[in-house]
Amino acid sequence: MADLTDLTLREARDGVRAGSFSAVEVTQAHLDAMAGARALNAFISETPERALTMAAESDARVAAGDPRPMEGVPIAVKDLFCTAGIATTAGSHILEDFTPTYESTVTQNLWDAGAVLLGKTNLDEFGMGSSSENSFFGPVENPWRASGETRSRVAGGSSGGSAAAVAANIAPGAIGTDTGGSIRQPAAFSGIVGMKPTYGRCSRWGTVAFASSLDQAGPMTRTVQDAAILLGAMAGFDPKDSTSVDLPAPKFEAALTGEVAGLKIGIPDEYRVEGMPGEIDALWSHGADWLRDAGAEIVPISLPMTKHALPAYYIVAPAEASSNLARYDGIRYGLREAAQDITDLYEITRASGFGEEVQRRILIGTYALSAGYYDAHYLKAQKVRTRIAEDFKAVFEDVDVLLTPTAPSEAFVAGSKSDDRIAMYLNDVFTVPASLAGLPGISVPAGLAANGLPLGLQILAKPFDEQTMFRAAQVLETAAALTARPTPWWTGASS
Amino acid sequence: MALDKATVAKIASLARLRVVDDRLAGLATELSKILTWIEQLAEVDTEGVTPMSSVVEASLRQRPDAITDGGKADDILANAPASAAGFFTVPKVVE
Repeated sequence: MADLTDLTLREARDGVRAGSFSAVEVTQAHLDAMAGARALNAFISETPERALTMAAESDARVAAGDPRPMEGVPIAVKDLFCTAGIATTAGSHILEDFTPTYESTVTQNLWDAGAVLLGKTNLDEFGMGSSSENSFFGPVENPWRASGETRSRVAGGSSGGSAAAVAANIAPGAIGTDTGGSIRQPAAFSGIVGMKPTYGRCSRWGTVAFASSLDQAGPMTRTVQDAAILLGAMAGFDPKDSTSVDLPAPKFEAALTGEVAGLKIGIPDEYRVEGMPGEIDALWSHGADWLRDAGAEIVPISLPMTKHALPAYYIVAPAEASSNLARYDGIRYGLREAAQDITDLYEITRASGFGEEVQRRILIGTYALSAGYYDAHYLKAQKVRTRIAEDFKAVFEDVDVLLTPTAPSEAFVAGSKSDDRIAMYLNDVFTVPASLAGLPGISVPAGLAANGLPLGLQILAKPFDEQTMFRAAQVLETAAALTARPTPWWTGASS
Repeated sequence: MALDKATVAKIASLARLRVVDDRLAGLATELSKILTWIEQLAEVDTEGVTPMSSVVEASLRQRPDAITDGGKADDILANAPASAAGFFTVPKVVE
């Protein structure tokens, strides 16, 4: 039998259902891969016992002729989704010993569909970061290295553990969360597909909150079709999330017709940012050519507010974070440091429990929301956010989807941007605008940089039009025909 | 926007984060750098623009005002760092 970890999510699903192999077999193969790849530091918790129990149930379902849509498919879950009885840390010391007594809606949907939990993946603390280096549990390493190099590259962030797990064939699919690019940017850095749905498509209930008006869960896979399948199992209306949208989830997989003839693809001029490497610009042009060759019409468009998206995001997201993270008070759950009085208890616990970047963002958010600065900062950023959303709305009168690069560089060397916050924030320059507008976006591996590292292109679509987005993304994927995989240096490497 | 040490200390206190004195100057520099970069927002004309707090164009749903959950005291206390007799416990607040 071929190596079961090489299977796509669709192949694993179809194979279990057809009885070509058992759910236990495919799960065990991935558990072995996980145990052999600890050098990547992609997982915070491995859950082999839970996985094998779930897989055995899947095999019983198949034997009984009653398989569910994702029966026996092993999945890695970002450690930001609450999983009942399994530690959920958010990559933070403050939640190091937190074991939820309830299950997030998105993961419950996956288990109800028959999926199997492999483990919980590493991330930037509370989702705050673009490199997965801001984790209490240490940085994630990218499975990819530049040609002829042994230096570690970052996996991107904040869903870097999920991206690394999928890129290294530890899981055929993983779930992440995207607040300003935390699915799409690590997907681009790791040569996989990563998709952020329309805000409201997936329930946020039971997901550790970062910035509630932006947070969305989404799939990370090795093919566009797999992303469509996995999203189908995650999405759906949830009365427990007041911003969950009451629309039936479409059959995303069925939208993949391979046809883009007549589709209008917008190319936003403002995404040609200063300092972007020429090879990314060239890849972007190739992407447009591929879609044109497939019958789409390429339309130059303008999104004048683009350059203001990042600074607006760095007010809105920290402001919401400072409010959301007020709950970590050392009393109801999480870390508590010893103190004589209640104020000391709060202050010492939070200073000890939160990492540097989280504290920085709490401070910025608190400042932006404080009396005297609220109008000039928070309200201003919210108004700019309106103008950014209006920009997109206007162009979507004329075009069906947009094509852009996903990130302004390939995966950078570990530690190389840790001292320059703004350089780090600029990683999200192409992903943040759509986040602020609540639009769906997908990163597709589209080529390699000269140094052999993967590069991604992004398709953005209208709200709740993931189908058109998936369709265009698959045509892009087929045309790019990228077959390169990372060399598995991590097997046998000590962690 | 340059933040001074006193302002950083005040924000930290509002955020209930203990910042030791010798970190204040460094934090003031870091945060000032970020806030200066953010100040470019001032050049955007937002006259008459409605601030966006949600991208979902719908009003909040209502549901019947009925109890849907409860009776989970043990679950709620399961992760408490300290509890006694079904309550969270904290250091003495009232003398």
